[in-house]
Formats: sequence, C-alpha cells, structure tokens
Amino acid sequence: MSAATGTPPESGATEAEAAGSGLRRLRQSFFAPSRGQAVVAVLVGVLAFAAVTQVRLTGKDDTYAGLRQGELIQALNGLQAASRKAERDISDLEVTRDKLRSSTLRRSAALDQARREVQTLGVLAGTLPAFGPGIRITVQDPKSDLSLTHLLDGIEELRNAGVEAVEINDRVRVVAQTYFENDSGGVRVDGVRLRSPYVLDAIGNPDTLAGALDFQGGFNDDVRLDGGSVKVVKSDRVQVSVTRKPGQPRYAQPVPGQ
Amino acid sequence: MIAIIGLVVGVVLGLVLTPDVPLSLEPYLPIAVVAALDAVFGAFRAFLDGIFDDKVFVVSFISNVLIAAMIVFLGDKLGVGAQLSTGVVVVLGIRIFANVAAIRRHLFHA
Repeated sequence: MSAATGTPPESGATEAEAAGSGLRRLRQSFFAPSRGQAVVAVLVGVLAFAAVTQVRLTGKDDTYAGLRQGELIQALNGLQAASRKAERDISDLEVTRDKLRSSTLRRSAALDQARREVQTLGVLAGTLPAFGPGIRITVQDPKSDLSLTHLLDGIEELRNAGVEAVEINDRVRVVAQTYFENDSGGVRVDGVRLRSPYVLDAIGNPDTLAGALDFQGGFNDDVRLDGGSVKVVKSDRVQVSVTRKPGQPRYAQPVPGQ
Repeated sequence: MIAIIGLVVGVVLGLVLTPDVPLSLEPYLPIAVVAALDAVFGAFRAFLDGIFDDKVFVVSFISNVLIAAMIVFLGDKLGVGAQLSTGVVVVLGIRIFANVAAIRRHLFHA
C-alpha cells in the first residue's frame, strides 16, 4: 500500500502549517538531489514507460488482441450472426435470380413458338412467299370451254392431297377465301382475270399431288372432256411468290382463352 | 527534479523502443499502470506531508503493482476477470482522487 494512506487529513491551523512546510520542502528538494529522489525517478520512469506502452497498445488497431475469452465469444457470436444473415440474403437473392432466369427462358421459348407459328400460319394464309417440293400443272384450254366447276374440283383434289400453297399464273395466291367466277374467254380468280394456259404451282408431296389429279374421272379427265389438256411436272423446288395482304376478320372473333 | 527527469526519460524510452508486450501480460499492464499511478500520487502526498520514505515508496510501488496484477489474474482464473479489473480500477481511481485532493490542499491551500 502507498505511503500516503497512513496520513489522515488534518484540519485548521495545523493543515495550513503543514501545507506551508510541504511547499517549502518541495522547493528545497527541487534543487537538492538525494538518494530518495533517484529511487523515485527510477520508479516514475518505469511507470511512464509502462503507461506509454499501454497507450500505444490501446491505440493499435488489432481490436481482438488481449481480449478475454468471454469478450472473444461475444465478438464471435456477433460475427456469426452477421454471417448467417449474409448467407440468408445470398440464398434469397439466388432464389430471385433463378426465378427471373427461368421466367426469361419461358418467355423466350414462348416467343420462339409464336414466331414458328407465325411462319407456318403465314404460309397457310398466303401472307408469306414459300418454296418446296411440289408440282407445276399447266392447263391448256384453247377453246375456253373449261368448266369452272372442274377447275374448282381440281383445286379441291389438291387440297385433299394436302397441298400447302397454291398460286395460279404467278398472279393469284389460292387460299381459303379465294373465289372463282366465270369470265368471258377465261376465269376470274379473286377478281383477277386469267386466260389459258393456266399454270398452277402447288407445294406439297409431289407424288400425292400428282396422283390426286390423275385418276379415272379426275381432274385430268375432266379437262380433257372440256377439250383441254393437262401437263403435270413434279419438281423438287416449286416457288410460290405471290402473297396476300392479311385481312382482319370483320365478324369472326377468336374465343378468348383458347 | 530528478523525478521529473525520470518521467521524461520513461516516456521517451517508451516512444523510442515501442516494446511488444507478451500476450499473456496484456490484460495486466493497464491495471499495473493504474496501481503504480496510485503509488506515485500517494508518495507525492506523503512527501508534502513530510513523512516520505523512499523504502516505503519502493515497497508500496512494487506491492501495489503485484497485488493489482494478482487480483486480475485470480479474477481471470475464477471467470470474473473483466469485472474484477473494473473493480480494481474503480478502487484505485478513488484512492488517486483522495490523494490528489490532499496534494491540492497542500499546494493551493484549498
């Protein structure tokens, strides 16, 4: 224990006297070195040394050095909680990312499907030019005696045989709405006047299409009966380049949700 | 005079040498410093009272430091190291305040 603790506080005149003598002693000893002062100097130096070291240690950045076990455990718990939270965030974000990715995939798949459908339907509806294997039918009708019914029958036979695109004389695309009329010296298809020879380009299986016209009492016979002639040429590449403008249906509306 | 020189030398040494404290001693150094501070203030007060004795000062300085370190060490062993070192610092702080009050009375008569 320190040497000072033995001295109780004094009071009154004694205190003032003691205070005066203390000050005097301080002044005297300031210029009169002694053995006691040297000892004090050494110990005070040690204290200053330790204090400076401690201050430097405290100011250093290694927060966890010299911590006790309990404090370390507390710090560790805090870090673990933070890391758990971060992991939760990561998995949440990953789920979101996967969701977005799969929805993007689905959307692009649907888009591809729609694009393919547009192509297919465009060929069938006559809004897109098309090419492929098929036949070229040349009908000579020099006396203009070809019956419209027979021509129509021929096209129906082609349709039954699975024809996918038909054009006549490189001028008219035959689609579902196509109509035929009699015209002086020829026929009128979709309002376009056509004259013999009629050249039909049909895309489909060439053998099937050719067979659909050439049977007993079929299109070829009908035309011959009307005084004309038919020539069928199968080809690996038939070009159907005439297109129609897509029209909005005026009355029919698609059933929603189909 | 010599004491002040010793203080300055200690500070300069600490700054220049920047010693590394062994990890096992790190918890005890702050307590030891506070205990030594208490001893120094006590000695100064005794000097002003005219009852200063260098032998007593040396013994009190060393025993203060050792006892403070031992209390903290014991506390660490018993699992209450943090609380005990807080307690030691509080007690030493009170003593330092008491000593400084006595010194103030001597020097400024107030």
